[in-house]
Amino acid sequence: MKEFILIFRNSTNPHDNPSQEQLQERMNWMGGIAARNRLADKGNRLSAGNAKTIRPGNVVTDGPYTEIKEYISGYMIVKTATIEEAIELARNNPILKDGGNIEVRAILGPEEGDHRP
Amino acid sequence: MTSINTSDPGFLPHLFRLEYARMTAVLFRHFGLQHIEIAEDIVSETFLKAAETWNTNGVPENPSAWLYTVAKNKAKDYLKRHHLFETKIRHAVAPDETQAAQEFDFSQQTIADSQLAMIFAVCNPANSTEAQICLALQILCGFSVEEMADAFLAKTETVKKRLQRARATLREDNFRIQQPDAATIQSRLDTVLRTLYLLFNEGYYSQSGNHLIRKDLCSEAMRLALILTENPLTATTQAHALLALMCFQSSRFEARSSATGDTILFEQQDQELWNKELIARGNYYLVQACSGDTLSKYQLEAGIAWWHTVPSDPQKWEHILQLYNELILIEYSPMTALNRTFAYARVYGNRAGIEEATQLQLEGNSYYHALLGYLYAATDVPAAVAHYTRAIRLTKSAAEKKTLSGEISRLQGLQH
Repeated sequence: MKEFILIFRNSTNPHDNPSQEQLQERMNWMGGIAARNRLADKGNRLSAGNAKTIRPGNVVTDGPYTEIKEYISGYMIVKTATIEEAIELARNNPILKDGGNIEVRAILGPEEGDHRP
Repeated sequence: MTSINTSDPGFLPHLFRLEYARMTAVLFRHFGLQHIEIAEDIVSETFLKAAETWNTNGVPENPSAWLYTVAKNKAKDYLKRHHLFETKIRHAVAPDETQAAQEFDFSQQTIADSQLAMIFAVCNPANSTEAQICLALQILCGFSVEEMADAFLAKTETVKKRLQRARATLREDNFRIQQPDAATIQSRLDTVLRTLYLLFNEGYYSQSGNHLIRKDLCSEAMRLALILTENPLTATTQAHALLALMCFQSSRFEARSSATGDTILFEQQDQELWNKELIARGNYYLVQACSGDTLSKYQLEAGIAWWHTVPSDPQKWEHILQLYNELILIEYSPMTALNRTFAYARVYGNRAGIEEATQLQLEGNSYYHALLGYLYAATDVPAAVAHYTRAIRLTKSAAEKKTLSGEISRLQGLQH
C-alpha cells in the first residue's frame, strides 16, 4: 500500500455554517473510506479565518490567499495500492458538488525518488 | 443447610469458580507471581477438601467463609512446613506488607484490592492479547483449560501452551503484585480495558455453542470491569463506558437465543425479554462515562449499544451510523465496517447498502456474506441465497449455520 494525501481546495469556506446534511455527507464519505480500511490519517480541517501568510522581508498578510481565489480547506491521507484507487475514493467527496476540487499526491518516503509511475 | 439452592447442579462449579478467583487473588498477592503454583495448589486442595467434606456432611451455612478458613489454614500450614516465608518471601515483600502476609485476610475490601492488583498484573503488555485473555480467565476467573478451549474453539493443547508461555513471561517480568500505583495504572489501563473488552466479546460473540460458558465469560468480564469502576484510581470515563457497553449488550443475552439455542436476530427479539435492570445500570454508567472530553471507542460503542435499547426513534439509525462513522475512524475492524454498512443500509436503503458493502473486500468473512444475503433478500432471491450459502460455508458456528439455512428455506419458500 502507498499513501496518498488528498488536498481539498475550495473557493467558498466549507467550514462556515455547514448544514446538518453536509456534515453528515462528509462523515459518511470518510466513514466509507475507513470501512474499506483505506484511511491512513483522517487529517484536519484548515481555518480560512484564522490564517496568515508570511513572505520574505517580514511581510505578513491576512488570509491564506492573495492572488488565487482558491484555498486549501483541509487534507487527509489514504492508503491504496495505486493513485487510481485513491482517485476512485476521492471521486465521491461532496466537495466536488460545491465547486471545490481535490488534489491527490503520492507521499514520498525519505529515500524515494520522485518519478511518474 | 443454606437457603441458596445448593441442589442446583450448577451451584458447586459456580461457587468454586467465583471463590477460586477470590482466593487465588488474595494468595497471589502474598506469595508473589514467582510462586503462582503454591497459591493455586492451596486453593485446589481447599476445593478438594470441600468436595469431600460437603459430600458427607452437606454444604455448610456459609460456604464461602468455610472455604476461606480452610484456605487460610492451609496457607499458614504451608508457610510453617516449608519455612518459605523465612527463606524466600520475606525478602520479596516490603516490610509493611509482611504483617498482612501473615494475616491472610479474606475480607471484602482485601478481595477487591487483590483482584484489582491481579488484573493489572495479568494484563502485562509483554504478553500477547490472546495470552492475556487466557491468563485472565485462568487466574482471575478460575476457568479450566477445557472450558477455555471450548470457548475459543481451540485445542486444549494450544490453550495450555499459550498459558505456559504467558506465565513464564510473568515470572520473568518480576511484576510486584501490590496496590497498583497511579503510574502503573496510567501505563496499563488501556491494556486492561482492552483485555476486559475482548473477554466480554469472546463470550458475547463466540461461535462456541456452549451457552453457559459464554454467559460466564460475559459476567466475569463485567465483574472485573465493575472492580475498576469502584476504585477511584481506575474509575475513568473509559472504564465506565466499557461497563455501560457490557450492561447494554448483556441486557439482550436472554432475548438473543431461543430455547433450542438458535440465534434470534435483533429485530425479531422479544423486547420484553430485555433485562430492564441492566439497561438502567448501563444508563447510569453511560452518564458517568460522558463527563470527560475524550471520546474513546468504548464511549462510541456504548452510545451505539444505547441506541439499540431505544425501540423506535425516527432518527435512530442516522445516529447509529454517525457513531459508527466516528468509531471506524478511531479503529478499523471488519466487524465495525460490516455493522456500519448495516446502519448505512438502514438509513439509505438496501440498494445503497449493497453498493457500500461490496466495496469492503471482505470475501472471506462469513458475516460479510450474511449481510449481503440480508440486503439482497427483498429484491434478488438467487443472489441472497448465494451469499447465505457462502456464509454457511465460512462460519464455524453451528447456531449461525442453522439460522442461515432457515433463512434460505424461507426465501426459497417465498419463490414457489
